[in-house]
This record gives sequence, C-alpha cells and structure tokens, in this order.
Amino acid sequence: MIRFDREKNADSIPSVAGRVRSLAVGMPVIAVHFLGDHAAFVGVEENVALVNEADEVSKVAVHSGGILCAVSDDSRLVMGGDDGKLVALDKKGEVTLLATDPKRRWIDNVALHADGVMAWSVGKTAFVRSRNAEDKSFEVPSTVGGLAFAPKGMRLAIAHYNGVTLWFPNMAVDSEFLEWAGSHLDVVFSPDNKFLVTAMHEPALHGWRLADNRHMRMVGLPGRVRSMSWSANGKALATSGADTVILWPFASKDGPMGKEPTMLAPLPTRVARVACNPKQDILAAAYDGGTILLVRLSDGAEILVKSGTAEVSALAWNAGGTQLAFATEDGGAGMLKL
Amino acid sequence: MPEPTSQKIPVTVLTGYLGAGKTTLLNRILSENHGKKYAVIVNEFGEIGIDNDLIIGADEEIFEMNNGCVCCTVRGDLVRILEGLMRRKGRFDAIIVETTGLADPAPVAQTFFVDEDVQKNARLDAVVTVADAKWLSDRLKDAPEAKNQIAFADVIVLNKTDLVSKPELTEVEGRIRAINPYAKLHSTERCQVALSDVLERGAFDLDRILEIEPEFLEAGDDHDDHDHDHGHHHDHHDHDHGLKHYHDEDMQSLSLRTSKPLDAAKFMPWLQDLIATEGQKILRSKGILAFNGDDDRYVFQGVHMMLEGDHQRKWKEGEPRESRLVFIGRELPEQTIRDGFENCITS
Repeated sequence: MIRFDREKNADSIPSVAGRVRSLAVGMPVIAVHFLGDHAAFVGVEENVALVNEADEVSKVAVHSGGILCAVSDDSRLVMGGDDGKLVALDKKGEVTLLATDPKRRWIDNVALHADGVMAWSVGKTAFVRSRNAEDKSFEVPSTVGGLAFAPKGMRLAIAHYNGVTLWFPNMAVDSEFLEWAGSHLDVVFSPDNKFLVTAMHEPALHGWRLADNRHMRMVGLPGRVRSMSWSANGKALATSGADTVILWPFASKDGPMGKEPTMLAPLPTRVARVACNPKQDILAAAYDGGTILLVRLSDGAEILVKSGTAEVSALAWNAGGTQLAFATEDGGAGMLKL
Repeated sequence: MPEPTSQKIPVTVLTGYLGAGKTTLLNRILSENHGKKYAVIVNEFGEIGIDNDLIIGADEEIFEMNNGCVCCTVRGDLVRILEGLMRRKGRFDAIIVETTGLADPAPVAQTFFVDEDVQKNARLDAVVTVADAKWLSDRLKDAPEAKNQIAFADVIVLNKTDLVSKPELTEVEGRIRAINPYAKLHSTERCQVALSDVLERGAFDLDRILEIEPEFLEAGDDHDDHDHDHGHHHDHHDHDHGLKHYHDEDMQSLSLRTSKPLDAAKFMPWLQDLIATEGQKILRSKGILAFNGDDDRYVFQGVHMMLEGDHQRKWKEGEPRESRLVFIGRELPEQTIRDGFENCITS
C-alpha cells in the first residue's frame, strides 16, 4: 500500500482546534446531519438537538426509545427507532410520524432516494414508500444489514447474510441477488452507479462491478469497517478499519482491482469514522480516542481539528462543505467553519 | 484486555428444552425486587407477562464465520442487537438472552469470542439451562438439542421436581452428571432458585476459573440426603461421585490432571491441534496449567474451536502446582487425548 506520511503524534500537526465552537447538545449522539444551515444532532435516544446559525440549541422529541438509524436530504431527517417508529424531522423542528411497526419491532435501517422516495427495514423486510405514499415490501432471507438507493433509477440494494439483493420496486422482474458468503452489514453505491460496496462482519469490504457483477475483494484491514464515505469527485471510497484512512481507488473501470489503496494520515490509534468533504478533496477522519483530523486527499497533509478523550460518535459535513460537525460519546459536540 | 471486565455488561444465556420453564425463570428474574434492570433478548414476544421496555425480539440467525471453519458460527442477530443496546448503556445493568428450546448455545457463546465490538462492551456471564425433571431423561434419549444444552451449561436449574418421585429425581440428576459433572445443579419447583445462583456467575471469567472440580448438588431442603452422600468427594475419581453411575452414550466429560509441570512448548501446539481437529466435538474446555519454569498459573477456556487463555497470577507459596483440564464433548477420543496430554508432561 502507498503510505504518504511518517509515524507521528497528533500534537505535532498544525491545528485549527481553537476555531472549533463547542455546542451544548447535552446528550450522547449517534449521528449528525445538516438540514440546510441547521445541524441536527441525533441522540442515542428520544431527542434530536437542532442547532441554528447562531449556535442556539433546541431539543425536539422524536422517538420514545433508542434511535437506531438516521439519514437526511437537505430538507428532512428520517429516523428509525426501537419504538418501532419511522419519523421525519424538518429544520423548523416539525416531527412527522411516517410509519409504525405493528409489532413494535426495531426499525434498523433507513435510506432516502433523491426523488423523495424512502426505504426502511424491519428484521428481514425492506419497505419502500413512493412519493404518492404507496408502500411496497420485499423480504430477504435474513435480517437486513444495510440499505442504499442507486443514484440512478429506482433500485434499492438490501445487504444481508451471504450477499446483497437488488430490488427494483417498480419493475416486473423485481430483484437480483449478488451472492458473497458472510454477513454484510452496510452497503453503498458508487456515485457513478457503476459499483456496489458492502462492509462485512469480518474486517473486509466486498464489491461488485454492476456491469458484469464481477467480484472485488477488499481485504487486509485490521478492523471491521464501520464508516465509508465517497470522495467529492466520486473517484475514491474512504473507509475506517485501520490506523490510517484507507482510500480505495474507483476511478477506472476495474475499480480498486489490481491497484494499491492509498493510506493517509496514520496515527497510533485506529480510524473510527471518515467523512469526505462534498465539494473539495479533503476529508475529516475521527480516530479511536477522540482525535479528529482534516486530511487533504492529494498529498495527505493534515490539520488537527480536535484531540480528545471521548470517542467520536458522529461526524458530518454540510452540503456546501463549509461546516464540519461532530459529537462524542460523552455528550460533547462541536462545529468548525472552514 | 483493553477494558476492565467489571465495566462490561454481563450477559446470561438462558437455554432449555421446550416447556422446561425458561419463561418462568425469566419472569422471576424480571419481577423480583432486586433493583436491577435487565435488557432481555427473546425469541418470541408475548410470552413474558412483565412490562419491560427493554425486551427485544430476536430471530436466532446463525451465521458462519468466513474462516472456513464450519463450527465457528455466531448469532448474527445478536451482533446487531447488542450494538443497538450498547449505545444505551446506563439504561440497564445486565442482558439476558433467551434461546429457543431447540437452540444450540454454542453460536451465542461464540459471538462473545469472535466479535470485537461485542467483546469490547459485553461479557458472557454464564449459560443457564432449565431442565424438566420429569421429561429430561426422555429428551436426553431422543433430542440431541437437550443434551447439548446440558453439556454446555454452567448452571442447570432442574425444574418441576415436585412432579417426580425421589428415585426418578436421583436418576435424572445422575444422567445430568454423566454428561456434565461441572455445572452447578439446582433442583427446584417452579424455578424457585436464588437469583444469585443464576446471575452474576462469572463462569467465563478467566480469573474465576479457580476450581474445576466436579460440582455436587446444592443442599436444598429436600436434598440433604444427597448432600451427605457426596461428603466424601475429595478423593473422588472421574464419574464416581456417590450417585448411581450413568454413562451417556455420546456426550461425556473428560478430566485430566498432573502434578508434574507441563512443557509449554509441547502443550500449546498440542492443545491447538486438538481443538483444530476435534473442536467440533468439544463443546467446552477449561484448564488451569502449571508450566515448567513458569511461576504464573495459566488459565484457558474454550467453546468448540475458540480458545482464550492468559497468565492469571503467581502460584502461591505452598499451593500445589497441579495442572487440570476438563473437556465436555461428544464422542471424545479419550485415549488419544490422554496420550497427547501425557506427552506434554515434563519427565
């Protein structure tokens, strides 16, 4: 693999830590999203903390239990909970109940399509709701590990044990099965619609080139991949799982096959989360132990956003790539304006 | 160990054949006034009459690990559920996983050996098996699942003892002991067992593998006679513990011991090879070891092909440096194991 940098510690890196605004969200957070200019910190249970341009925090009750998953487009945040409810929140703080599982089972995964169509899963069943509020469901052989809409067309990838099912909710031929042994816990499409990548229970990724379903094994990581993010131009997939950020090259028609991934920003601890800036070739990486770095993809140059003690549980950019938000397991949170 | 054991959430696995009384025990655990909150993972909703907002329905999804080993299976649903639960640490003190009556406890236990994230936050406390005094003897004949659950157990709650005569009870206890002489055995009616005998056992805690002697019946009110029967157990031999001797056709335990030091350079490869070749048959293994030229006690335990071991502490002054190993399994190649072990003893 290509290593850009030498061994070093966080304290030798140029820092913008003084410019980070800390926010009193007052609760542990599982994810952070942006609704326009507002940051929405999704709590471990019950609440979302909305933060406006003036950094004022207002809490909104969204679930009556643990919050398990959250996705957003620019206008709404959609969450599933262990109360069996699927809920949407807009930036004005208005909550809409979208669906309730009759048996109060956990809503484990949720995905949004650019067209406003949404998908969620309960156990082995994936649901899709069209814009005119028509629901369809599809059952896979085992519990759904992850959901992702293809960037083009109406196609939902459902990750599960031993592979991924591609479901076409509007087609007569309604599904295609991509088999690969093992447990697939997360799934993403490449922005150019050419590749599908899953994070597995083992420390490995698996990919398919969708034109011919050719397999791509991405192995050699010391830890399980819990965080994946596509670079701004869609040519590389950044992942956690090692003591450096791993950048898998997807620029050519073969994807990462036969190529070395790039290893950026090594630290003595493992990368826990990655978030690529949506406009520029930089990414934010959070490490075990709580350090966050900004890393330039072209040369691996690093800037320290924060050092710390508490684990980073959420990390995200706004759509314009001008604001970075993060939260830590102990209830701390902060934002940085570029 | 990256995190101290005490900070990890203890997980009790509750198994038992259909109708043995798992739900009765579970309801007791949840309703008794102990000031603790339990998150409960059940395989079927609706059977539990207690209002508890942390009851989670599970699907018992058995996943093979991608390592080519067919017995390295984990509960995929548990990985996911525990991940969800662990975000809400502080809401509960312990977790109970109830399995279906036909479940093999191994994948549940193996989940705690294999999954890094599960291991970071939770620890397996004990496998508790509820058995029906009236029907267990029959089930041991016709249901391999029931036998597995007895063999795997750290604690056995032998329930519904009011429905059998004393000789019948003695027989079923003997049959349990023939399979698993090491579990704590409690004979009860309606699962009336002290919760401290079921929870917080630390059965998978390497530091608590202090004694691996065969266990004898807990002195219950109506079992004093049994207790006296085994008063002489200090000079016991394997399988000979005062109860009528039963031999189970295919599930046994095998204990090995020596007061001569073991050669670590021979023992470790032997154990790993044994586990690799016979691990499918070996349900549980445990050991306290004294190695040649090593002042520390070494302890290990395993579930099928998964082993963990560590230096535990210094041998105490005057403490006999005896190595003891126990295997519980199906059709164990006893002589091969004994010979292999002998070969690891320094002469």
